[in-house]
Amino acid sequence: MNLKISALEFVQEVKNGNISAEDFVAKTLERIQSVDDKLHAFLHVNEKAVDQAHEIDKKVKSGDRVGACFGMPISIKDNICIKDSKTTCASKMLENFVAPYDATVITKLKEQDAVFVGKVNLDEFAMGLTTEFSAFGPSKNPWNTEYVPGGSSGGSAVSVSAFECIASLGSDTGGSVRNPASFCSTVGYKPTYGLISRYGLISYANSIEQIGPLTRTVKDTAFMLNIISGLDSNDNTTVDNKNEDYLSEIDSGVEGKKIGIITEMIEEGTDPAVLSATKDAISKLENLGATCEEISLDMVKYSVAAYYTITATEAGSNLARYDNIRYGYDFPVEGYEFNSYIAKARRNFGPEVTRRMIIGGFVPSTGHAGKYFLKALKVKSKLTRDINEAFKKFDLLIAPTVPILPFKMGEKIDDPIALFLVDINTVTANLTGKPAISVPFTISNGLPIGIQLLADSMQDKSLLQAAHALEQTVSLPEVPI
Amino acid sequence: MTKIGLEIHCQLTNLESKLFCSCKANYREFEINENICPVCMGLPGSLPRLNQEAVKKGTMIAMALNCITPEKIAFFRKNYFYPDLPKNFQITQLNLYGDTSIGGAGSITVGDKKIRITRIQLEEDPGRLIYEGSSSKNLITLVDYNRAGTPLVEIVTEPDFENPRQVRDFLNILSDLLENLGVSDPSLEGAMRADANVSIEGGKKVEIKNIGSFHDLEKAVHFEITRQESLYSRDIEIIQETRHWDDKRKITISSRSKEEELDYRYFLEGDIPWVRIDSKTQEKLKSKMPESISSKKERYISKYDIPTQVADVLSSDKFYSDLFEESYTEANAKEIANIITTDLMGLVDTREKREESKITAAHLSDLANSIQSGKISRNSAKNALYEIVKTGKDLSQVMSELDLGNVSDESELLGIIQEVVSEEPQAVEQAKSNPQTINYLVGKVMQKTKGKADPKLTLELLKKQIE
Repeated sequence: MNLKISALEFVQEVKNGNISAEDFVAKTLERIQSVDDKLHAFLHVNEKAVDQAHEIDKKVKSGDRVGACFGMPISIKDNICIKDSKTTCASKMLENFVAPYDATVITKLKEQDAVFVGKVNLDEFAMGLTTEFSAFGPSKNPWNTEYVPGGSSGGSAVSVSAFECIASLGSDTGGSVRNPASFCSTVGYKPTYGLISRYGLISYANSIEQIGPLTRTVKDTAFMLNIISGLDSNDNTTVDNKNEDYLSEIDSGVEGKKIGIITEMIEEGTDPAVLSATKDAISKLENLGATCEEISLDMVKYSVAAYYTITATEAGSNLARYDNIRYGYDFPVEGYEFNSYIAKARRNFGPEVTRRMIIGGFVPSTGHAGKYFLKALKVKSKLTRDINEAFKKFDLLIAPTVPILPFKMGEKIDDPIALFLVDINTVTANLTGKPAISVPFTISNGLPIGIQLLADSMQDKSLLQAAHALEQTVSLPEVPI
Repeated sequence: MTKIGLEIHCQLTNLESKLFCSCKANYREFEINENICPVCMGLPGSLPRLNQEAVKKGTMIAMALNCITPEKIAFFRKNYFYPDLPKNFQITQLNLYGDTSIGGAGSITVGDKKIRITRIQLEEDPGRLIYEGSSSKNLITLVDYNRAGTPLVEIVTEPDFENPRQVRDFLNILSDLLENLGVSDPSLEGAMRADANVSIEGGKKVEIKNIGSFHDLEKAVHFEITRQESLYSRDIEIIQETRHWDDKRKITISSRSKEEELDYRYFLEGDIPWVRIDSKTQEKLKSKMPESISSKKERYISKYDIPTQVADVLSSDKFYSDLFEESYTEANAKEIANIITTDLMGLVDTREKREESKITAAHLSDLANSIQSGKISRNSAKNALYEIVKTGKDLSQVMSELDLGNVSDESELLGIIQEVVSEEPQAVEQAKSNPQTINYLVGKVMQKTKGKADPKLTLELLKKQIE
């Protein structure tokens, strides 16, 4: 059984009766069993996955209506709620939390007969970009297990790249889907803000984050988007995409498209290998008929500072609910006055989350808000204004997804500022609400490099078309695991 | 000069569901922690869904209080830790970036005093703490989240009150207004709560919290003024602080908690996009608003010749005015107003009595029409009303069961009149020269008929007899 097929290929094979979902899912679980000791993508594996696939096969055989996924094995980042399954956010605070409801994306995938093979690893509460901040141990890059897989959706990227599933859902607050996608050589996409419901995604910085798929191909991403996007009465921030079909016309190409190269994202600090890959990508797009030109987005210089200020503020508020009173981990209340109980219970957060919550208590506080939080909001609105201006001139923007190559585990974990700066090319899409995608582009010294494309709000379809065109120009080696 | 300002919390009890989920706004009928869901419990991953009806009701309140109503409103997070607050922040409103609260800069007139409304904000109620255990050593705090997320408006006034009396009058007017609007039932326990701030000349502002009822609010304000005046007279500084109302001892106590030092770190609630309430929507809402109390009162006086005091009572109490509006005709309006304000009021003077009462508008119009046509005397009508409120039976049934119908049969009445005439020869003589005395004879007839004689007919027949 070939576990390396894409989502669309899988659907076709099951439809045609060439393979059964049950066999495929069973083999996938075997694969997880055999490689995940080395990779640690999974936090929990769904033991019922094979049975669920079996039920779907029955529908296929009997000619009943079958959902678009046909039993496709999917992994889910462990900050997205699946009913009756543990949802830990890779945190000791939620070690025993069993979600009593399905996230909207889960409901939609269940309706389309997806099979969830398990919940995958992340930096605690999605705060980090290496997956080293998981309270349950780091995930490892399948291209070289001494290297970080990126983050925070590290488990998602690893599981897709190492054939432990066909597709995965992650969440992207500042690059958390695109960064690990780039580091592990998968497609990683963050949609326009509001395109995918966040209901059931455990909030970190709710005003800028989105759920996004990680897949083998851009077409697979379009396929997933068709299923999980759209208005949701449970999330007031969702936008109406009028049931757009993102897969139709995916072959439209980039002929005649104007593409802006973001100057601030190819400047000093960019690894030479990454820079040359970016230039290569640009010339390939030009060969396909696009015109490329540099555009300066001055505010990008301040974007990381603004990003960390805003996300810390929102995290400080979003994570305040974890006081262990209504749910959480085992820690008896007897003998405590509530303030001291809450303070003590909350010591179970890991170091990165604690750091960001402390910052989040400070930057929006009276006397400091003007210097930090409000200034960050100003950067956000100026950056949005500038990028809107840019999209009057360009159809798309291009930049490396991450300015550097994957690095060794432990290398940057003690230097938060150095880590923060790795986000420089990804946070812009979040702060401005624009869609962005990372496409696997090349392998340099055995380590993947991804190229990022951005589009204007609600131009997700043309973004996927361009990404697909770029993807067609490359042929990549197989992951060595 | 004494300055008093109020912050009034009023639950929108007439709404179907909570502010951000579909749990019931009427949490009172549930067992503990039965009226909850992932949203109002703040479970990980849940998101608020704004109740659009609450926005409409809030806008109506703002309009009724003569407020500015912005076309775009925003919600903010007020961050603080408390066990009754499931998310450890409250979704509320304030005017951080311009006028983004549902209402602002309004006023109502109390007597001849204008009380300015600073702001009206739509927000969620927290849960409720229940304390168990007899001493501080074995004290247990339990939390009931049924109330968490209940929609309420906070109405903030300027410090325009000068004495507790004005405070009380204001609250009475306000709660009548809210009830008349159909947004809230102020008589429900905990539906309306208020904090007050009080300062006297030469002193700092003191905030009083934890006041359970409007009745106690007046007391608390009164106590606080007296306390501050006595400090001032002894040259003791009045410091700015928050004090709690001690319900048992009826005094205010300095709260040593750090509450006043709290920094709420307000910022925009990203999960709820700005809400547009454009002028068209506002006009539509305005046209759907029930008639105001003052306009009702004006109408009752000018159109139906109802006395001012009666019109006042009738218009300001929704229970009465609803009954009136549904029952009156041009011809019987005054009679119905009279029945409500003299006889019915005493029978339904508490919330419980109103709930148990079986009276309908149809009963009232029946009763008024029967009085006017002489089928029943006012006196008997009173007895009938008592029975109707209790049983809900038709007037005709009550009249026959209790034998309350007027004696209007001429021959029957004539017999009684002749009896009276023969028993009271002196009065009859007097009545011939002094028409006033005839009323005495009418009274005698009434005595004999236990008040059931048709007074008009009695008078007529008596006059004939005497002549």
